[in-house]
Amino acid sequence: MQGEPQATVESLNRGLPSAEVRPVSARRQVINLGDRIFYFITRSLGLSVIALALLLVWNLFNGAWESIRQFGLGFLIGTTWDPVTRVFSTLPTIIGTLVKGFIALTLAIPISIGSAIFISFYIPKWLRPILSYPIELLAGIPSIIFGMWALFAMVPVIRVIQIWLKANFGWFFLFDGPAVYGVGVLSGSVILAIMITPIITAISKEILLTVPREQIEGMLALGATKWEAIWQVALPYSRIGLFGAVILGLGRAIGETMAVTMVGGNSFAMIHSLFDPVHSMASQIASEFTEATYSLYTSSLIYVGLVLFAITIFISLLAQLLIWRLSKGKLAILD
Amino acid sequence: MNRHYRYRKFVEWANWVGMLCCISITVFFLVAILGYVIINGASSINWDFLTALPVPAGESGGGIANALVGSLLIVIVASVMALPIGIGAAVFINEFPSHGAGRSIRFLAEVLTGVPSIVVGLFAYSMVVKPWGGFSAFAGSVSYAFIMVPIILISAHEALRLVPDSLREASLALGVPKWRTIVGVVLPVSSRALITGVVLATSRALGEAAPMMFTAFGNSFWNLNMAKPMATVPLLIYTYATGPYEDWHRKAWAASFVLLMVVLVTSVLTRAFLRGKSNE
Repeated sequence: MQGEPQATVESLNRGLPSAEVRPVSARRQVINLGDRIFYFITRSLGLSVIALALLLVWNLFNGAWESIRQFGLGFLIGTTWDPVTRVFSTLPTIIGTLVKGFIALTLAIPISIGSAIFISFYIPKWLRPILSYPIELLAGIPSIIFGMWALFAMVPVIRVIQIWLKANFGWFFLFDGPAVYGVGVLSGSVILAIMITPIITAISKEILLTVPREQIEGMLALGATKWEAIWQVALPYSRIGLFGAVILGLGRAIGETMAVTMVGGNSFAMIHSLFDPVHSMASQIASEFTEATYSLYTSSLIYVGLVLFAITIFISLLAQLLIWRLSKGKLAILD
Repeated sequence: MNRHYRYRKFVEWANWVGMLCCISITVFFLVAILGYVIINGASSINWDFLTALPVPAGESGGGIANALVGSLLIVIVASVMALPIGIGAAVFINEFPSHGAGRSIRFLAEVLTGVPSIVVGLFAYSMVVKPWGGFSAFAGSVSYAFIMVPIILISAHEALRLVPDSLREASLALGVPKWRTIVGVVLPVSSRALITGVVLATSRALGEAAPMMFTAFGNSFWNLNMAKPMATVPLLIYTYATGPYEDWHRKAWAASFVLLMVVLVTSVLTRAFLRGKSNE
């Protein structure tokens, strides 16, 4: 009744042609009527994911079209954002976003890779989940809560540090600027670093644990210290994956909205020092969108969103390719 | 020789201390953030806060009941949209691997998890809000659903992968059609992991504030109509935290506490839920 007699279990299960069956297309392989309907439904749902992605891109283009037609690619290199005269271009926010992202990364890399190495190699196995689970928890906390904490607990501390830095090292261009605000590039970068550290740590830990135990033990047997084994074997072995983890963290930092909107200091200006309040792309969209009173304004903000999307997709693709290459698709990157 | 040995020992020790510092810093921020939110939030929370409506600034009392209900409603509608797509696509990828699109769909899902939530909000704005002509809770659900689909898909795919082929083969050998094998054997066997993935995706979406700004928008009154603006907890936290009133800040802390508890409890429970399986 169900299935031709010569179809093997393997071919039914995998849908692959085997020696006994004539090679037929995947669709012909499904024989039973219920199977056909089921196949049709799941295939539609599967392909709808591709449709969703296309819909996302199309809707962003559609929303930004008015601004794209008006300003073209000059939008990316101009430095004027003037709702009154209806001229929009957004280089300062792109730079502000990237600067905050890279400062956050610089702060987060040593701490997260160090934590990951410590968890993976230096502590007994039974202690591993006890240390790594809270870090995964931290990665799951909503960004609005990080923002709250940053605004009320962190910014006052940063402000004290800023005032001290300005008083003592004010001649240095990075520490020049209005120190009294507290909110600004420095605060934004620090909270981003705090937010991406658990993500990079969690992924790096998974990657470091894929290093074959024998290789490290081989080094130790040759008389290497533990650090030498890690430095000369484990890190070179997993460098691509670690790089992928870092890039993924950068993607998160660049797309992050709420916390940066709350402490990044929202003003449209070219970045000059660490203390400047400067918009990042996400915070610009978040803080101006509901105030946009005419369609070109809204459209320009969606254009900013489109650029942000392009940057994060590029970063995300890079990260996924690197991690996939290392793990051959075995490792799920689910935060 | 001896000196060199001591130098190597020193490097080993120095690195150990350095890494201990790294992990301490991470743990310090964890404790600092959780502690700060819990201390500030737990002290300003009360029954009224959970059951009353917001009051105009300056008046005492009031709560966030409408935002709690709004968040719940929006996320439930989002789950109804995201669940079939996520699980269905995962079934398609795992059970019909002969179709070439499977790998690309999985890869696409991985990439989609990296799309910033604010961009998802813009997408929902230009797809739902603009044609509809106004902010609506439904648009919020669309943006949440978009965030949830790739997360559900990836976790469901991983869950289905773990189902041993021997179970499928046993069912097929009994003459059970493939679709009944999947519905009756494969999905029930992986149900715990599937549920975990869905719950985690839901709790992840529940905390997102950015897409709500241009979709559900927020509302100070009761509203259960999905076609109208609706209050949500994360956006309410943003509004209250950046507002000028001391009372608003206290309410933002209390709301953060509620949100944090929901996320933490979900995470711990799902973990225990998955653990229960491995002990069976």
